[in-house]
Amino acid sequence: MLELRDIAARFGQLEVLAGVCLTVGPSEIVAVLGASGSGKTTLLRVVAGLHRPESGTVVWEGHDLAATPPHQRGFGMVFQDFALFPHLDVAGNVGFGIPDMPESEKRSRVSEELERVGLAGYETRRVGELSGGQAQRVAVARALAPRPRLLLLDEPLGSLDRAFRRELAADLRAALRSAGIPALHVTHDPDEAFAVADRIALLHDGTVIRFGPPELLWRAPGTEAAARLLGLTTIVDVTVNRDGIHLGRGEGRRARAIVREEAVRIAADGAVRGVVEDSTFRGPGHALRVNVPGGEITLVHHERVEPGQTVGLDIPQEGFALLDG
Amino acid sequence: MSRRTAIGLAVVPVLFLLAFFVWPVASILATGLVEEGGKAFTRVLTNERLLGVAWFTLWQAVVSTVLTVLVAMPATWVLARFDFRGRSLVRAVATVPFVLPTVVVGTAFLALVGPSGVLGVDLHGTVWAILGAHVFFNIAVVVRVVGGVWGHLDPRLEDAARSLGASPWQTFTRVTLPLLRPALAAASSIVFLFTLTSFGTVLILGGPRIATVEVEIYRRSALFLDLPAAAVLALLQMVGVVAALTAYSRYQERHTVEQTLRPVQETARRIQTGRERGLVAGILGGTGVIVIGPPLVLVWRSLTAGGGFGLQAYRALRSDALVPVGAAVGNSLGFAVAATLIALGVGLPAAVLIAARRGRISRWFDTLLMLPLGTSAVTIGFGFLIALDSPVDLRASRALVPIAHALVATPFVVRASVPVLRAVRGRLREAAATLGASPARTFREVDLPIVSRVAAVGAAFAFAVSLGEFGATIFLARPGGPTIPIAIYRFLGRPGVLNFGQAMALSVLLMAITAAAIMAVERARFPGPGAF
Repeated sequence: MLELRDIAARFGQLEVLAGVCLTVGPSEIVAVLGASGSGKTTLLRVVAGLHRPESGTVVWEGHDLAATPPHQRGFGMVFQDFALFPHLDVAGNVGFGIPDMPESEKRSRVSEELERVGLAGYETRRVGELSGGQAQRVAVARALAPRPRLLLLDEPLGSLDRAFRRELAADLRAALRSAGIPALHVTHDPDEAFAVADRIALLHDGTVIRFGPPELLWRAPGTEAAARLLGLTTIVDVTVNRDGIHLGRGEGRRARAIVREEAVRIAADGAVRGVVEDSTFRGPGHALRVNVPGGEITLVHHERVEPGQTVGLDIPQEGFALLDG
Repeated sequence: MSRRTAIGLAVVPVLFLLAFFVWPVASILATGLVEEGGKAFTRVLTNERLLGVAWFTLWQAVVSTVLTVLVAMPATWVLARFDFRGRSLVRAVATVPFVLPTVVVGTAFLALVGPSGVLGVDLHGTVWAILGAHVFFNIAVVVRVVGGVWGHLDPRLEDAARSLGASPWQTFTRVTLPLLRPALAAASSIVFLFTLTSFGTVLILGGPRIATVEVEIYRRSALFLDLPAAAVLALLQMVGVVAALTAYSRYQERHTVEQTLRPVQETARRIQTGRERGLVAGILGGTGVIVIGPPLVLVWRSLTAGGGFGLQAYRALRSDALVPVGAAVGNSLGFAVAATLIALGVGLPAAVLIAARRGRISRWFDTLLMLPLGTSAVTIGFGFLIALDSPVDLRASRALVPIAHALVATPFVVRASVPVLRAVRGRLREAAATLGASPARTFREVDLPIVSRVAAVGAAFAFAVSLGEFGATIFLARPGGPTIPIAIYRFLGRPGVLNFGQAMALSVLLMAITAAAIMAVERARFPGPGAF
């Protein structure tokens, strides 16, 4: 089990991490979700021992790793640009970290790792000939081959096509699961984090503002910053009173809340009136941007509505999620 | 890297540069300014012949540069923008002239447009032969430097211009050309510097009447022993070089355009119409004649020199009474090996240091190492001649030739190594550590294999540079110890058909050895950062 206690790190004057606390349990996959420049990569480098933290400790199974150099930590890492060795072929890369063993055993071990990532038979390929997705798989196989105690992944899908990412994220999770190795995965893409992680830590302003299972964070993100990191961007002003949550300013406590677009329906007798700002065709229907008291709501409707028209909206109470502060 | 390691790495390169670059240049400065109580300057600046030489040097360099760019641009366009079979072969062929020794280029042009040239016009002793040789020699610079950027320009920018109503020509002048301007400036500056300090070609093709500053430095110092005037000319030339480099870096600072470069696979397209096919074939054919023509003529003439077709000229090389050809080949190879070892010994520690440390001192060190490249070979040879007599008189030492060659070759070693070493330093070394490799194993299995390939590339370059070096060698080679280029020059200096045949035969031989060294470079290269 990995424990990060109050990790702080800085580059010159710039404070990148300001007291990060985090745990990764046995064979658990934890995603760190943060905007670019939020210190995600630095956090991984601290865990790997490649960056010395300003303060705080990295603890593995109860032992402080401060004095352990990177190559003795037994933590594998998949780099954002993969960092494959250009002078070695695929087998040479994957076999690099495998401890000394007879050549034939090593060869079968390499083949096994390549099979795990769906690249059986690629042993003698040159690294320069690989496509982005293949290079990513080789990087994962290389990191898994020495059977590390923990795998660190630095936006391993970041440089790949979007369509491709979802598929690879699922494959990545399967590969990690089959190897039974715990992982710390940093990304800025909520979809990627949801697809891969058992728990997600939201990194904002150098600290972990929220840490929990994806479903829980999705249901109750807590703060507005957390909601935005999770891709929940329909956030409006609401009033809370005995009858429940209402859009806009009224009698009662003022608050901010997420509106879940999938819960909102257009209904002639809807309690909320809104003006359609614009309407865009999207596969399953038309995405409407509707101006309502307290902000703007995006929802998908089965038919086009002309901009400027007033519509009635039905928003059930479970369509709201109150935010703190 | 600790401070102590850094200082340890810096010792050899710094001492080498102090002794063999700074000290000779300082001696030239002293000779020009102090001897004759500073009157040498007035003597040179009021000598109409010398002013004429300076003026000629300047305008021929400008004209050579403009012509080179104009001749090279169509082929650069085709190679950057079209995807066709054999493209990389064509690009490699276009690079051939650049790696040819200047003496070989001179001889080839004599075979082409000399007194008995195959084209039937005698341009020997005219500026046309020089301009032609300069264009031939430098096409590769434009193809490589401009093509390197052009091949990565986002073609959608041109598509955007077309969709906004621009004609193909307007698209070229208003979008493509401005984006290529920094690369064009870089290529033009390199060509300008090469042609400004061109020596071997001008000495061979210029005849008795035409001279550049470089040739004049040689004549003044080696033939007339007028060292102060030669020193003043060398200083004037250095001022010119520095001015050109400064103008270039100012220009780059002001005109650099931020742009996203696309991989070549995305920018090149297939040839579509018959008209395009004709255009591409015409451009490549025309450029091909310019690039392959002179070396082919050289080979052919060397085989027909003795009247019939055969190896007479080559056989005559073995038994020449006055020029010891066998010794020249031995000297050249020996000097090249020594120069390569020195260049690696100086260049690799410097490259490791530059790659490992960022900041002012590293940049300053980098610039210092590049200076010999901007200094002409003749200046280096001349500087050695006047500087290295005290405290120890090294001038009679055989070691001076490979040292001078190493001075010219070291910048190539450094330039080739730094980017690759930077890449190793960063992610790759970290990747090795996270895979459990100890620092010792990382050095053994990551740094060393990569560095040794880089060293091989640098070594082959140094070897080729040394083989073809002429400007410094002509000052330093002892009468009994010529190199191949010196031997070629001596054959050219003697009258008679057979002597010219021997010069051509020896040029072909040198071309073959150089080509072998360059091919070794191509084989040692591997895809990745630092490919140049």
